[in-house]
Amino acid sequence: MKINLRIWRQRNTQDQGRLVEYTLDGVSGDMSFLEMLDLLNENLTAQGEDPVAFDSDCREGICGQCGVVINGVPHGGMGVAQPVRTTTCQLHMRSFADGSTITIEPWKSGAFPILRDLIVDRTALDRVIQAGGYISVNTGAAPDAHAVQVNKKRSDRSFDAATCIGCGACVAACPNGSSMLFTSAKITHLAMLPQGQPERMRRVKAMAAQNDAEGFGGCTNIGECASVCPKGIPLESISQLNRDLIASLFKHDGKED
Amino acid sequence: MTATVSSNNNAALADQYWTTGDEIHDTKANHDLPIDKIWTDRQFTSRLVNPANRRKMTVIIVGTGLAGGAAAATLGEAGYRVENFCYQDSPRRAHSIAAQGGINAAKNYKNDGDSVYRLFYDTVKGGDYRSRETNVYRLAAVSANIIDQCVAQGVPFAREYGGLLDNRSFGGVQVQRTFYARGQTGQQLLIGAYQALERQVHAGTVHMHTRHEMVELIVADGRARGIVTRDMVTGKIEEWFGDAVVLATGGYGNVFFLSTNAMGCNVTASWRAHRKGAYFGNPCYTQIHPTCIPVHGENQSKLTLMSESLRNDGRIWVPKRAEDCEKDPRDIPEEDRDYYLERIYPSFGNLVPRDIASRQAKYRCDEGRGVGPKVREIDSDGTEHMRARGVYLDFSEAIQRMGKDAVEKKYGNLFDMYQRITDENPYEVPMRIYPAVHYTMGGLWVDYDLQSTIPGLFVCGEANFSDHGANRLGASALMQGLADGYWVLPNTITDYLADAPKFGPVDEKHPAAVEARQGVESRINKLLTINGTRTVDSIHKELGHIMWEYCGMERNEAGLIKAIGLIRNLRNEFWTNVKVTGVNEELNQTLERAGRLADFLELGELMCIDALHRRESCGGHFRAESQTEEGEALRHDDQFQYVAAWEWTGEGHKPTLHKEPLVYKSIQVKQRSYK
Repeated sequence: MKINLRIWRQRNTQDQGRLVEYTLDGVSGDMSFLEMLDLLNENLTAQGEDPVAFDSDCREGICGQCGVVINGVPHGGMGVAQPVRTTTCQLHMRSFADGSTITIEPWKSGAFPILRDLIVDRTALDRVIQAGGYISVNTGAAPDAHAVQVNKKRSDRSFDAATCIGCGACVAACPNGSSMLFTSAKITHLAMLPQGQPERMRRVKAMAAQNDAEGFGGCTNIGECASVCPKGIPLESISQLNRDLIASLFKHDGKED
Repeated sequence: MTATVSSNNNAALADQYWTTGDEIHDTKANHDLPIDKIWTDRQFTSRLVNPANRRKMTVIIVGTGLAGGAAAATLGEAGYRVENFCYQDSPRRAHSIAAQGGINAAKNYKNDGDSVYRLFYDTVKGGDYRSRETNVYRLAAVSANIIDQCVAQGVPFAREYGGLLDNRSFGGVQVQRTFYARGQTGQQLLIGAYQALERQVHAGTVHMHTRHEMVELIVADGRARGIVTRDMVTGKIEEWFGDAVVLATGGYGNVFFLSTNAMGCNVTASWRAHRKGAYFGNPCYTQIHPTCIPVHGENQSKLTLMSESLRNDGRIWVPKRAEDCEKDPRDIPEEDRDYYLERIYPSFGNLVPRDIASRQAKYRCDEGRGVGPKVREIDSDGTEHMRARGVYLDFSEAIQRMGKDAVEKKYGNLFDMYQRITDENPYEVPMRIYPAVHYTMGGLWVDYDLQSTIPGLFVCGEANFSDHGANRLGASALMQGLADGYWVLPNTITDYLADAPKFGPVDEKHPAAVEARQGVESRINKLLTINGTRTVDSIHKELGHIMWEYCGMERNEAGLIKAIGLIRNLRNEFWTNVKVTGVNEELNQTLERAGRLADFLELGELMCIDALHRRESCGGHFRAESQTEEGEALRHDDQFQYVAAWEWTGEGHKPTLHKEPLVYKSIQVKQRSYK
């Protein structure tokens, strides 16, 4: 099939970006969205033009490296026929009609500077984790795995939150550019486990503060984040974060934690 | 030309393609001790570095997956200065994250007779007795610690209602020793290591360099002392220096272009080290995984693995007659179906090991009984054919027996994934599967300390020639990555670092550093100025076709010789006619891929030479000249029970083969049989 593309081209962070139009023939429905871009790039290279830079790695929906805004929706999940929850790499061209026009843009957020074309810098998310998104245990200092029992329901809830792949779609979808869904996923993952308790209050304070420092916006419970999340991180994670954050205001490190 | 080479004259072949050098041995493990004492002995005899001195030492670690991330976190905790590099935008994206199944550990939580020795035994046997006994025993011994560590980090393993960890069996073993986190075990383990790593970044012990690609190794005064990287955003070429270098850069399956690996997985770091003197062990050992979604067309970029657990309930078949292949499978009556695994291997049926299931699927498709879309193939005689490459994995009987709900509960996410990719509903029509390249067991040669043949260069995880022999059992890759990163390397590297205060100074003015940097710059300049007509991907795909056709699941002498010639021609084509757009001083993905392909083109030839010299079938490597009367794989323990460690001797020169004899003192070597 034939697809019309409007793609954000921007040479580097300082460059002024613009949408450039391309027409691509010979697209098959079995191609993934990224394979369609590969085909475009093969054609562009053959013509001596610079190919479109975009991020991808595993192309199995798990590494979180890929991600572009497709027709206004991060990962394109909602703007096309189906499926709803997807990463860009798991979206297939059969979701688009022959002759359709697709607009492709990078994640839009002040905290994610554009590096080139569709590639953005998401290292702010790593710094949010660095602020406290871990359990402090040195290698070799662990007790036997069966020494601590974990309530299965809480364990499952922890797991649901732990499935976050850190792609940043939540930030891109949020009108405020908030990273609250990402941060709350980590908070919930660790808060549901006995191992996560000692640092729980310190963690939530530090991570929330880092969100602000990175320039992510505040959460106003709009819910766009959860609707585009490819892994279905529930909005209630944010409630968990808020509950823990409020609780932390009444506690001080080393005393009542 | 190729057919005239005598098929039983290995000496003549050797003359043409390789030379034979001295034997090589691991000198770090004390083989005189009982196998269960060797690791504790090595830990005790390894010299230590006192905490005050650790601060003065820098360790460079390339890679942030299970092996690299765990090693960086652990050495950072120990107080060393760690410089950690990855090509992705975040260490959390290393390809370890894609592993689905699980991780083995000899915990015996199920009280079903498991033990360190049994895990050791299963792993050596599963690797077709081509792994090193001492290393595998250690892997089994530290496996239990890994689970403890991950649980303490908050890795959400599956649990039972009593709150304790759940286990399942995997890869055909008879005990339940596999710990798992739904179908995302790799992700959860990697996130655990990543969090430990980010904690050290916060503490200032680890400096993280994302979007940096290692493009050269610096070997100064006989020691690995640094690396050269390219900043993938700015193109800046930089030298980094340290007291030791650790490579944890994963496998090289992308030499086949299509594989289950992430798009960025490459061999460059290992290959650059190989060219600087690190021997490459068993390069031809590739694992082919039988249950992947088949190729759909020529623009496909990668293959997706479907969990092997599907074979527990799915039945594999193809139509008995080629003319039925294009029919709707539901219209093919039972008597016209060939359940070929159940027919040939009645006692194991659909659960035969990965190599057998893969090879039999290939044979059915070669016979013209494959199903699904036809893809263009170029045969060894140069003719083009359209051939279907798929076999059915049918759940209709399971759905009748267990009910659709039960099947959905057990395999639902896999069925959804399949439907998303193929647009077919596997509850209604059988899935189509085909083998694909998955994991590489070969890699840089290391001793018991994980040190390569270059002093100060250590290699962890999939990047070393590994503990897996000729074939890797399910749920053991994650185990090796974390074992190496959390436990083995941090305990062995100290013996080397104890000498670090005596190492001379090294900086960017050192001749070795100057040479390394100049090499990188001229290579990049060369790539950018060829300005030919072929795209990088088109050449890579051609290399992939050659490797898959002649060095894939089944090899023979004539085919491998032909492949070597084809690869040499293709390499020439690459260096004279590739088109790399853009400049170095910017984010340039074409340049990145071209640099990696240049190394794959050299590795591909070495893989074929290694496969050529190993005239035996073993693991996933079926050598047509070596089979039993029944057509099954035939190993030759008397001739090939060794690791092939290849030495680089210069461009255009024959590589030198060093053999490391494999000695089995604690385990009895047996022939496999699944009939």
